[in-house]
Amino acid sequence: MQTYDLEANGLRGLNSALQEQNGGTNKTAWEIVNAKGSHAIAVGLNSPIEVTVKGSTGYYCAGMNQQATVKVEGSVGPGVAENMMSGTVIVEGDASQYAGATGHGGLLVIKGNASSRCGISMKGIDIVVHGNIGHMCAFMGQSGNLVVLGDAGDALGDSCYEARFFVRGSVKSLGADCIEKEMRPEHIEILKDLLARAGADAKPEEFKRYGSARQLYNFDVDNAQAY
Amino acid sequence: MCGIVGLFLKDKSLEPKLGDMLTDMLITMTDRGPDSAGIAIYGSEADGRTKLTVQSDAPEEAFDGLDGALAEALSTDVSIRVIDTHAVLDVPAGKAEEARSALAELRPGMRVMSAGDAIEIYKEVGLPEKVAERFDVRGMGGTHGIGHTRMATESAVTTEGAHPFSTGSDQCLVHNGSLSNHNSLRRKLRRDGVRIESQNDTEVGAAYLTWKMQNGATLGEALEGTLEDLDGFFNFVVGTKDGFGVVRDPIACKPAVMAETDQYVAFGSEYRALVNLPGIEDAKVWEPEPATVYFWNH
Repeated sequence: MQTYDLEANGLRGLNSALQEQNGGTNKTAWEIVNAKGSHAIAVGLNSPIEVTVKGSTGYYCAGMNQQATVKVEGSVGPGVAENMMSGTVIVEGDASQYAGATGHGGLLVIKGNASSRCGISMKGIDIVVHGNIGHMCAFMGQSGNLVVLGDAGDALGDSCYEARFFVRGSVKSLGADCIEKEMRPEHIEILKDLLARAGADAKPEEFKRYGSARQLYNFDVDNAQAY
Repeated sequence: MCGIVGLFLKDKSLEPKLGDMLTDMLITMTDRGPDSAGIAIYGSEADGRTKLTVQSDAPEEAFDGLDGALAEALSTDVSIRVIDTHAVLDVPAGKAEEARSALAELRPGMRVMSAGDAIEIYKEVGLPEKVAERFDVRGMGGTHGIGHTRMATESAVTTEGAHPFSTGSDQCLVHNGSLSNHNSLRRKLRRDGVRIESQNDTEVGAAYLTWKMQNGATLGEALEGTLEDLDGFFNFVVGTKDGFGVVRDPIACKPAVMAETDQYVAFGSEYRALVNLPGIEDAKVWEPEPATVYFWNH
């Protein structure tokens, strides 16, 4: 276990040390102490290492992650796991706005609540929120899955494409062109797997599925020449 | 971008340390707003007295003999405490408006930052650390206080454009965001006799709250009104003589974190600003909901 004191040794040193661990490193477990809400902790990682952050973080924790597992023992500021490509990010507390924004892959687990714009423009990431989510989540979501064990705020899935949303609680309102859809056996399977991987104690049958009605202007072939 | 910090104390034993704690919080928010900084502090009150905090770009000339001149104009006793470019004038309660008019005659270039029984406002252009040092904010005690680090968008980098803004007795407001209907609202409020001194959008927000409360609204109701009547982005933190309130616009794109323990309620634009508060590890920490009014009273 490598322990890094962020307050004493600084952010640049941390991120360059973590980014150097690609290939056959034997320093596979890292612990970051004195995070104290700092920004951009453990960003741009590209190796299957495990990083644990003791305490809460600021903006953009674990951004652009590939392969690594980043666990935050606290809450995170805006933009956690933004543009994640692969790997796993686990937040023990709450997440501020746009968690997992534009993520292409990997799994983001938030054990508390996520606020507004969670999964905005998601492009393949899987996000599991154990609590509630705020307004405008998964706006323009293109692919991937957003699973919410609690309630969703206003305008869920506004102008979405092919991303799937599974919500166990209530949805305050659906965004433009987002509708409730039939839960078919293949969706139950997807959900079962995600809930298990996210350590979530919930039954897939308790959820409702939402997604695109594909009625917006951009889905009409007659408008194809406009692009 | 701007940075906001606020601290409302429940535990009296922390009161002597209010300025010290707020200064640390303010300095942490320097990179959100390095161009100017300000602080409103609700400190000691004396029965039957009102404080006016004034500011001058030429403090030596402006404050020289000011207490005597004002005492003569008001035919009463006045005391003065000079702190760098600011001075706190102590006048009998009920004389604040008269004093304000007299000051406009006596020292036309001087600005009144705040008036009230408890409030004092200090703000200047410069890094938060330097501003706090100039006024020795660390040495100030009080029941609650609000600080702001500014990155200017809607008006120039001047003392006048720095936050907090005070438009009513013992009231103040700081803002992170930008209002888009401030010109029309400023005209409307001025027609109704509300005093607005600058071209700054935030001052209009402050004046709006003052106007609502003058017309009978509570602080909570006035804050509710902002959600209907103000257009734009805002996180507001407001102070009154014994209260402290927070509201965010419905879009809520400006960051905000709050913490509460048995000892205090704290606000920060980021969690970083709160990390050194006593007992923060066990505090209730949350992001205030959009379009939701929070306030606390002593």
